[in-house]
Amino acid sequence: MTSDRFVKFKFAAAVAAGALVLAACSGPQGDKPAAGGGAAPTPNSGGGSLRVAVVTHGTSGDAFWNVVKNGAEAAGKQLGAQVDYKADGDPGAQAKLIDNAIAQKVDGLVVSMANPDALKTSIQNAVKAGIPVITINSGEAKSAEFGALTHVGQSETIAGEGAGERLKDAGKTKLLCVIHEAGNIGQNQRCDGAKSAFGNVTTLQVDINNPTDAQSRIKGAVQADPSVDAVLALNSQVAAGAVTAIKGAGSKAQVATFDLNTDVVTAIKAGDVLFAVDQQQYEQGYLPIVFLKLYKDNANTVGGGRPVLTGPGFVDKSNVDTIAPFAEKGTR
Amino acid sequence: MSVAVQTQSDERLAKPGLWDRLVVRPEIGALLGALAVFVFFSVVAGQFLSPLGVANWLDDASTLGIMAVAVAMLMIGGEFDLSAGVMTASTALVTAIFATQVGLNVWFALLLSLVFALGVGAVNGWLVMRTGLPSFIVTLGTFLALQGLNLGVTRLITGTVQVSGMRSADGYESAGMLFASTINVGGTDFQVSILWWVLFAAVAAWVLVRTRFGNWTFAVGGSALSSRAVGVPVVRTKITLFMTTAFAAWIVGSINILRNASVQANQGIGLEFQYIIAAVIGGCLLTGGFGSAVGAAIGALIFGMARQGIVYAQWNSDWFMLFLGIMLLAAVLVNNTFRRRAERVRR
Repeated sequence: MTSDRFVKFKFAAAVAAGALVLAACSGPQGDKPAAGGGAAPTPNSGGGSLRVAVVTHGTSGDAFWNVVKNGAEAAGKQLGAQVDYKADGDPGAQAKLIDNAIAQKVDGLVVSMANPDALKTSIQNAVKAGIPVITINSGEAKSAEFGALTHVGQSETIAGEGAGERLKDAGKTKLLCVIHEAGNIGQNQRCDGAKSAFGNVTTLQVDINNPTDAQSRIKGAVQADPSVDAVLALNSQVAAGAVTAIKGAGSKAQVATFDLNTDVVTAIKAGDVLFAVDQQQYEQGYLPIVFLKLYKDNANTVGGGRPVLTGPGFVDKSNVDTIAPFAEKGTR
Repeated sequence: MSVAVQTQSDERLAKPGLWDRLVVRPEIGALLGALAVFVFFSVVAGQFLSPLGVANWLDDASTLGIMAVAVAMLMIGGEFDLSAGVMTASTALVTAIFATQVGLNVWFALLLSLVFALGVGAVNGWLVMRTGLPSFIVTLGTFLALQGLNLGVTRLITGTVQVSGMRSADGYESAGMLFASTINVGGTDFQVSILWWVLFAAVAAWVLVRTRFGNWTFAVGGSALSSRAVGVPVVRTKITLFMTTAFAAWIVGSINILRNASVQANQGIGLEFQYIIAAVIGGCLLTGGFGSAVGAAIGALIFGMARQGIVYAQWNSDWFMLFLGIMLLAAVLVNNTFRRRAERVRR
């Protein structure tokens, strides 16, 4: 049964197919050894306004990334740059946000690469389009390869080792490492780092988006294994939950954590949290904007081909009082 | 591009006017909504209409659209599939693990992952039909099970939570041509996923309105009992529909893994509701028996345009979800108004 509509449809399909044949088609690039990087983007001379897109993998509402955002926006205000902060935890969606920034012809791009492979094409497209890129927080290993100017962050493995080392020095024997984002490679590196420095480590998987459940799971884990005498949280929200859970379980374990917030500061003062590994993520928001401004106005690059490290710093009873007011303000 | 149906004209019937004919189409509300969203963002967002911008929001809509079309078919058949979101990650993980860890050719890995997907789809359908439980419950179970499998198996095999290194696998480039290539139109690269989306929507629309299977789909969604009484193979139809959703998840998973060259174990969670809402914007009813594949594709387009449009408009991203929610609600409300009118016309 061919109505005239169907004929039209067939015709449209034929036209579309014809257009496709005419259009150039290109597949994705495989990995070839010794592939040359793209040409470095040329800085425009002189000032003018600077528009920077910051695209991260943090879920919106995450306390850690909120500090990064504050840092980027503060730098933007001080330097007269316009900063757009966007985030999506799904790597495909994050790549689309980068494409979106390229289409908007931003003057600079700041990207966190929790999943570098997925962002490769988009970042290289940005570099091709002449947009300077700075990577932050994670993806340090691939930063230069993709054509980014520099990387600002901390090495997760080193930070994990540092935390393991300190816990060992505190005389702990069995550690529970709490992972709160299933797809985050950096968190695995932290726990692995802690394992290599500390030895006896078990990991526990919780969901950051469900704090009540995360708390109960930590409680269950320390109840099930009374020999656990240290819990390492990888995020300040999880740390606060871990403190409550351990108290509830009547366990003797002590908590150490990555990242700061006011709860953790209070807990360090009270002695509930041993120390916090602080990667000073405010700098991961703030510095790239400064670097991009320097690059635009003066063609400067920073870091000499090495990452600019913002951590790990350690916050414990000795220096917590200095840092407390900044944590209140959402900048530490 | 709407592939609308038209019953063959019969001189014994009075021809309804064009307006009445249009207004009873399930996708008309979505079409108007899409126009409204398109015009709105074209006005408020600078780069929304630039070639790069268009390529970007079409791409965003495409993978959502492929799934929304399949989910729409399933919903017309009267069932839900909550495991559809996580399935897109599962299929990608299966492909990636076979290609990078076992060292198979990517084409073969894709084939194995297709077998896996169809298997899960068949199990979903079989469980629903066998137990008589609502598919909402059964597929919620599958969703959680797959989520656990994704994480557990990935960590067991790779020791980490991402599978990467696809780019150095055999056959990556040729398989990539099919799923992850870009087509250059007038100097702008458009993702091939957009083609898949259009093709999938066209085929689904054709199946729904021009084939026996399409009739069966509407019948089992409308009333499973009556359709069984008139000889429609209810069980086979529904299981096939579940397998269709799984097949679409395999396409999307393949597009994702070949384009991103890596996959995270926690991907795809929560997307199932986006598919459902895209289908509902497109005129599907939660009760089944009514809807359209083209509508679902347009629903996904609205989603994609709004999602990227909000970014182009440079609104504060803190409110992103609020904007999105309000926009989608508005689209559904427009739809509802139209359906009421449509029902009046039908009477």
